Amino acid sequence: MSTTTAVDQRPATPASKTERAIEAARAQGRAAFVGYLPAGYPDKETSIAAAIELARNGADVIEIGVPYSDPVMDGPVIQQATTEVLARGFRLPEVFEIVEAVVEATDAAVLVMTYYNLIDRMGAEEFASRLAAAGGAGAITPDLIPDEAGEWIAATDRHGLDRVFLTAPSSSPERVEKIVAASRGFVYGVSVMGVTGARDQVSDAAERVVAAAKSAGAERVCVGLGVSTRSHVEEIGRYADGVIVGTALVTALRDGGPSAVATLTAELTGAGASR
Amino acid sequence: MSAPAEETQKYRDHEGPYFGNFGGRWMPESLVAALDEVERTFREAKADPAFIAEFQRLSRDYTGRPSLLTEVTRFAAEAGPARMFLKREDLNHTGSHKINNVLGQALLAQRMGKTRLIAETGAGQHGVATATAAALMGMECVVYMGSADTKRQALNVARMRLLGAEVVPVDHGAQTLKDAINEALRDWVASVENTHYLLGTVAGPHPFPEMVRWFHQIIGEEAREQILSMEGRLPDAVAACVGGGSNAMGLFHGFLDDPEVALYGFEAGGDGVETGRHASAITLGRSGVLHGARSFLMQDEDGQTVDSHSISAGLDYPSVGPEHAYLAETGRATYEPVTDAECMASFEMLCRTEGIIPAIESAHALAGAARLSRSWGEAGEGKIIIINLSGRGDKDVETAAEWFRLLPGQKNDPVAETDTAENGADGPSPAPETGVQG
Repeated sequence: MSTTTAVDQRPATPASKTERAIEAARAQGRAAFVGYLPAGYPDKETSIAAAIELARNGADVIEIGVPYSDPVMDGPVIQQATTEVLARGFRLPEVFEIVEAVVEATDAAVLVMTYYNLIDRMGAEEFASRLAAAGGAGAITPDLIPDEAGEWIAATDRHGLDRVFLTAPSSSPERVEKIVAASRGFVYGVSVMGVTGARDQVSDAAERVVAAAKSAGAERVCVGLGVSTRSHVEEIGRYADGVIVGTALVTALRDGGPSAVATLTAELTGAGASR
Repeated sequence: MSAPAEETQKYRDHEGPYFGNFGGRWMPESLVAALDEVERTFREAKADPAFIAEFQRLSRDYTGRPSLLTEVTRFAAEAGPARMFLKREDLNHTGSHKINNVLGQALLAQRMGKTRLIAETGAGQHGVATATAAALMGMECVVYMGSADTKRQALNVARMRLLGAEVVPVDHGAQTLKDAINEALRDWVASVENTHYLLGTVAGPHPFPEMVRWFHQIIGEEAREQILSMEGRLPDAVAACVGGGSNAMGLFHGFLDDPEVALYGFEAGGDGVETGRHASAITLGRSGVLHGARSFLMQDEDGQTVDSHSISAGLDYPSVGPEHAYLAETGRATYEPVTDAECMASFEMLCRTEGIIPAIESAHALAGAARLSRSWGEAGEGKIIIINLSGRGDKDVETAAEWFRLLPGQKNDPVAETDTAENGADGPSPAPETGVQG
């Protein structure tokens, strides 16, 4: 489905795991559901179990957040969770083990969401290589803009990984074009000027963000930040290709464990009993 | 660029976003438009005589510029063979160099139509300066401060509140400067429409390193003119403390293209770099990205930021401005750590020999300069070092009183449990092994 008039040079069959997952949802006449959970929260085994529940209850794409000491795009709920994980001695290789376990147990595309210094320290090539070896589909990098992403783009190309950049309500048309051109998998539309966290209403900026990305040639735009209810999911699903939920799921995991994640995911996806 | 005839680019002419391998914009996309707006406004303002005139008027009539250059003969005699001059940024209104940058950026914020200023602060000097500018210009002001710092700099918290600012203690992470910056960035992402983030040092995403340096260049320009008129020659070395590095960048800039002038930056060595409890990012020499810039960064094997440690809240930052990283890598400037114990010995020595109470931050530069003077031996006779006295020590009297056990009920014992610290009055302690030098 193309909303642009430009000639589309891309292959008709998506090469990337994430693109295939989003297209499969589209074939069912719905937006993809993207669920976020932090790696290793509250511990490694539980975080794997919770991510598997996401997939069982209708998530098409899973984001595994990598705990980081300075998460400037995260609100209090996710900060608190990841700070706890770091405090118990979390080490980076655990992420690849978690990704591998979730990939083995589900059909979902599994991405990591990581601040860039964690990639930088390991080396973009090494990080991409280990992520690919674990079966990961790619990475979302909230503090990396395409202007600085030369090494990461080269490494993800070498390893066939998706790389998701963010576009914001404040992004100029020139920047949106750059972001769309650099992204693979989908473009992450930031719904609101702010950090992660559940909000009562979806900002009306979200629809404009999606339209701007589409007119710059994006084929798949998923919207996140502040999405926390089924009605948000339905509303965004009318104009976006995917809906991203994070904080609400982290709260459920914190308060009720993997079974609460399962219940909330089923409610949010509208999957109910069967998928 | 005004010097096309030069075969190589001068250090002074470097603009962002990159300084060699360092700098850039490692930032969420949401903030890029705001950074573009700041950069555009800065470039326009620099070229606008009315803006320059207003900045100069405030610097003169409000800050009290030019600041003095004071020769300190008694301190220098005790330190070593060289002569020493202090650039007296401590005499500026609000008590430190920070006001230079704050007035400049506050004028830019007005030019952009912003009505609210936010800032991070460590020691509180930048927060106080920002609260001051906000009061002067009738703007709303919120200052983020690590809750550990609100405790050790309680007087500055009260000062900011007196000036009408809201002070928000930050309880995350190490509860120090880096966490205050995280929180200010989170605020800014949600408030860019009406808010300017008045970053207080030469770190952060482009254009902050270049812009903050520009507002502090006056320090080095004045110092250069003053020493030429007083002594008829350039100094042999200039020295400054380096946390983020704004006072050092301001002083260095006046001498960057005078190869005969050695540039020395002194980082907070805390308990000693070998203990891991320090804030010497350049000495450690690991490249990484934090708060929008690629620079040297204290980090573990996974890339998690390591908490820094220093007796000085203002230097307690795990990274450093990218231009310093560049000057270190090219060898133009030399960076060395100064331990808490060395710093406090020089703090006491300046109080006792010159009647000047320095900020603990600035005392790192004093200690480093004293070490440099000694290292010259007899060859140091007649050499001149200019030291940036970036701030005054009123805010640090309580910390110093505890260190030297000067409060009623304390025994007059050396407080430091490390074996390097004799009682400060006994003179400088030996220099520790230094790591990487430019």
